[in-house]
Amino acid sequence: MNSPLPAALPPAVLPGWRRPEPLTVVLLLLAFVWLSLSTYVMVPDRLGVAHRWLLLPAIPAVIAVHVLLLRMFSRSTVAVVGITMVMLWILVAAAAPYLPLLDPNRPVAPYQMPFTTKNGMTFWLGTDMRGRDILSRTLWGSQRVLVWGITATFSAYVVGAFLGLVAGYLGGWWDEALSFLGNMVLSFPVMILLILVLNYLGQSGFNIIIAVTCSSAPAIMRIVRGLAMDARGRDYIQAAQTRGESVVWIMLIEILPNVRGPLIVDACLRLGYTTVMITTLTFLGLGLQPPDPDWGLMIKEAASSALLWKFAYMIIVPSIAVSTLILGFNLLADGLRELSQKD
Amino acid sequence: METPRPDATVPVLECRNLSISYDTNAGEVPAVTDFNLRLMPGEAHGLVGESGCGKSTVALAIMRYLGRNGRITGGQILLNGRDLLAMPEAELCRLRGSEIAMIYQEPMASLNPSMKIGAQLVEVPRRHGGLGRSEAGNHAAAMLARVRIPDVERVRNAYPHQLSGGQQQRVMIAMALLANPKVLLLDEPTTALDVTVEAGIVELIKEIAAEFGTSMLYISHNLGLVQESCARLTVMYAGEAVETGPVAEVFRNMRHPYTRGLFGSIPLPGADKTSRTLTAIPGQLPSPRSRPLGCNFGPRCAEFRAGLCDQAAVPMLAVASGRTSRCLRVAEIDWAAPPVSGTRRAPGPPGEVLLSVEELSKSYGGVKANRDLTFEARQGETLAIVGESGCGKSTLARVIMGLEAASGGKVFYRGRDLGQLPVTRRDTPTVRSLQMVFQNPFDTLNPSHTIGFQIARVIRKFGTAKGEAQIRARVEQLLDIVKLPREFVMRRPRQLSGGQKQRVGIARAFAGNPALVVADEPVSALDVSVQAAVTELLMDIQQEHGTTMLFISHDLSVVRYLADRVVVMYLGRIMEQGRTRDVFAPPYHPYTEALLSAVPIADPDMEKRKVALEGELPSPSNPPKGCPLSTRCRYAIAGLCDRDLPPQQDFGHGHRIACHLPREMLLAMEPVFRDGAQATRHGNAEKEVSHV
Repeated sequence: MNSPLPAALPPAVLPGWRRPEPLTVVLLLLAFVWLSLSTYVMVPDRLGVAHRWLLLPAIPAVIAVHVLLLRMFSRSTVAVVGITMVMLWILVAAAAPYLPLLDPNRPVAPYQMPFTTKNGMTFWLGTDMRGRDILSRTLWGSQRVLVWGITATFSAYVVGAFLGLVAGYLGGWWDEALSFLGNMVLSFPVMILLILVLNYLGQSGFNIIIAVTCSSAPAIMRIVRGLAMDARGRDYIQAAQTRGESVVWIMLIEILPNVRGPLIVDACLRLGYTTVMITTLTFLGLGLQPPDPDWGLMIKEAASSALLWKFAYMIIVPSIAVSTLILGFNLLADGLRELSQKD
Repeated sequence: METPRPDATVPVLECRNLSISYDTNAGEVPAVTDFNLRLMPGEAHGLVGESGCGKSTVALAIMRYLGRNGRITGGQILLNGRDLLAMPEAELCRLRGSEIAMIYQEPMASLNPSMKIGAQLVEVPRRHGGLGRSEAGNHAAAMLARVRIPDVERVRNAYPHQLSGGQQQRVMIAMALLANPKVLLLDEPTTALDVTVEAGIVELIKEIAAEFGTSMLYISHNLGLVQESCARLTVMYAGEAVETGPVAEVFRNMRHPYTRGLFGSIPLPGADKTSRTLTAIPGQLPSPRSRPLGCNFGPRCAEFRAGLCDQAAVPMLAVASGRTSRCLRVAEIDWAAPPVSGTRRAPGPPGEVLLSVEELSKSYGGVKANRDLTFEARQGETLAIVGESGCGKSTLARVIMGLEAASGGKVFYRGRDLGQLPVTRRDTPTVRSLQMVFQNPFDTLNPSHTIGFQIARVIRKFGTAKGEAQIRARVEQLLDIVKLPREFVMRRPRQLSGGQKQRVGIARAFAGNPALVVADEPVSALDVSVQAAVTELLMDIQQEHGTTMLFISHDLSVVRYLADRVVVMYLGRIMEQGRTRDVFAPPYHPYTEALLSAVPIADPDMEKRKVALEGELPSPSNPPKGCPLSTRCRYAIAGLCDRDLPPQQDFGHGHRIACHLPREMLLAMEPVFRDGAQATRHGNAEKEVSHV
């Protein structure tokens, strides 16, 4: 039933067709930050002079995203804590080149304990066995973990969601085949699968993306498949079919937006897993290679020195960094779930 | 209908000035205010109102089972003179089940799916009667027989999912009666059931009330059901009782504008779209947080007087003996005035044949959903397809729309066979001219996209308007047509009510100027007063555009009201078809006769002949040989009906009945309805006027 309003409204004051919502703004800004960061990390050599200034605009963007997210999720303390932890690391990653830090790869003085000053330089978190500043390496290291972790997760989502939509919406033979393939991949222990892929393809950041996609996509496919099967029977999908929409339109425009809720929660959790995976892989010597700073590498390189309790800080600092990032992702997922249940 | 026993002077259940609130995140929300009820021993009392009016909350409060956030904020509930609100929890546990029992809408959700029926039933006498296992078992079996369950032993050893909906509800009734309660609360007990099954349950409930002397509070949104099963009723609106009294008197002479509005929005037998239009109640039910000052119904009431109705909460006023109304102007309003009715529709001449279905069959594996359907629809007419769940009417819609391919037969649209042509292979003009309106308002719109986007998409897809400005103008024009404000273009479906969503669904279907619209139960999920508005809207647009409509429905009152021709389906076959007035009058197919008789009628002056269908709907995967109705038909001729398919008997003007009965016997059938008081009603109205 309607209210008798419309006659009074002149047609000219109609708002525009698309007023940007805070969520859209956040997503656009995040995409911008992620693009700058990944260009900075993945193809540093091709940028020339631009390399120096590339990340500057990303810093205010990160801060804006943080403020917007805090406003949107202020009802959930857990989400606020999670967002703050994750956004702090992203801010650090974007700001690292402009912070007054020592060169993370330059050996200065080995085995300096935290809070020591030598030659006029203060090592707040000490130096490692090769004499590189741990504070600098930890902050710089956030770049690689974030860029490769988020990119790999995103890539796994694109592949997994698409396959899941195909299996769930088209069903039948497609579903049988894709589900069988997915189950086969899932039956491998994850680490073995990753090691196999990386050994076969060679060790690089891009191959980590492929390896993570291979191992995560089947699980994502299953989630999306279930959600798509539920959506397939809805009247609005039938309405789209009866006006002759194409399969791709129905999958991407009619179904995908409606399954985003559970997917976003799962994506946050999976970002955590992927961070663990990448850190483990680099710890095992697969994937990212020295000398550039990376948390997994730092833990690996410090592993033998840190056997002495005195030098345990070399391993504790990067470990705490990894843990806070993963915890941030997990808290964010919990918060989003809590909020979705409140509505 | 049973009348209170003469010796009954003390009510068995009484609510005095009951007020109930729910605590929510946004603070306390009043659900029910100042509710009074006196339920005499053996009396059946109907509680009527639309969704959100608080009728289920009252029942739950009587059970003291409101949930954690529900609170009784004032008043008393007396059971045999004892205050339920002062009772400790242990005492309440003893009372629930043994003194008061409740039957819910969804029998499947009320039964434990992992326990056999027998084991669930036995719990009641063991808990409340302290009986031993075998004794309780015998007791349960006897009770199952008393609720007319045919094979008691099989049902006792069955799990709930192995029973039909009707049988499940009978089991629930048996369970409620096992402890011989004084009061039975029935919360929409038949809403989830088919109309012929519903008729059986309603009959059973009436018999039980007479046999056990149980008092009943019968909650329903269906005025006809209350008319058939209750002696008194209370009409509720926005958390308040607005009118109470004996059913027949209230139905003949309403004394509250809301009650009158409700009656104006339901189609009554004898009325069709050419004689009287349905009148919806304007506006919307106020949310519990924003109820107006004074009369809750004020903003929607035609009799509203500023300065009187919007001053203070309106008390219940006595109208006549045993009748009250919550209307300050009850003495001033001219209740005998004929209801305001819209313009009458002139029936248009039937156009050329647009859609012609020939021998259409559709099966899924072994399940034959449609068998040998033959009918045609003409330009500009409304063809209703009627039948109960499982009769294959929705499958038919899917085949016509091209969502499924036919297994056999042909579907000619403008002379072209579409039966084997899925929608993806049809050309754009054909796709554009066949559109659909869906049943579930909560499912019909994509929750992720704005209303404007969804309507505009249809226009873009079909190219009925070019360029952004034109598309926008067309979207606004469509919103105007379905009487929605233009600013809805930016709204998302979750911000709309059920009726509004259904309007958008209609706008979407008509956006491409279709020639044929298939409407699959478009109003059955809506509230009564909203149904009227949406039905009228659909018919107005259809008439304006000269669109042909296939109206799929199980509701014979609505069909009779709006259809030009009717096709009656049962188990995938057409039983009867013809012009509406021919189908709704003798000669009937025996199935049509039973369907008509099962429809509850909200008119105390209408006399109805009882015709019951026996047994259960056979499984569509294993339908009876011969006539599909042969297992349940009371006229069935052994050796003929269960062996051979019935012939089509033609009664002129396209009225065809598929039946073995001799022509003379069909012609000799008596009408199901007889308007017993066409003349006396006018007399009554005049008498009432002088009385007031």
